[in-house]
Amino acid sequence: MKNFLFVLRHSPHSGSGIRESLDMLMTVAAFDQPVKLLFLDEGVFLLKSGQCPPNPAMRPTAPLFAALEIYDIEGLWVEQESLSERGLSLADLILPAQTLGRADIASFLAAADIVVAC
Amino acid sequence: MKFAIQINSAPWENQGCETAYQFSRAASHMGHEILLIFFYHAGAYNGLRWMMPPEEESPLLKRWSILAAKEGIDLAICISAAHRRGLLEQTEARRVGKLDDDLAPGFRIAGLGLWVDACLKADRFLIFGA
Repeated sequence: MKNFLFVLRHSPHSGSGIRESLDMLMTVAAFDQPVKLLFLDEGVFLLKSGQCPPNPAMRPTAPLFAALEIYDIEGLWVEQESLSERGLSLADLILPAQTLGRADIASFLAAADIVVAC
Repeated sequence: MKFAIQINSAPWENQGCETAYQFSRAASHMGHEILLIFFYHAGAYNGLRWMMPPEEESPLLKRWSILAAKEGIDLAICISAAHRRGLLEQTEARRVGKLDDDLAPGFRIAGLGLWVDACLKADRFLIFGA
């Protein structure tokens, strides 16, 4: 048993990377390993409500995160500064998340056995 | 020490693949065990047989194959990442009615389960090529 932490730092439509990272995350969850998600920098936009991707080739990614509820994910954390620097608050997000101050990120990362930067 | 390694970028994108190669070779020579090198995202391109970079760029592809043959390191490309990018292993290609045989010697196709398994068995997990 190992604690996995996925760190998501890219905006929703910056490529197929998000979709592939979520595949990894779901595989880890399917192996009954504890999984946490941390949203940093542009990654906070992944959880923003009201996304309307104009390009039909880029399927919306927000529903993928909404579907995480059926997996046994330990929780979602969002860096407070990443939110406020982009004029966002927890009320703008599609899923319940906990905030974490920038000063606490290092110890949060250190507490995980496996950190997967996405 | 046992290492699991993940490579996320194509060989021409950045220094990450070369660094991963050098690290894996050095660690193996020092007696450490590389349980798995898992190619994900654009990293899948590392195993593309048909890459023809100029010789003076010291193609990594040949060196990966030699590493696999000499050190017995498992080079696994994620099947879904490979399929998304049109890289088909021969048996799989025949199954879907295509003629491809895209993987260079030493590489194989595998699923994400193999990656999780290696992460769980390894003492250290490293990602190269953001």
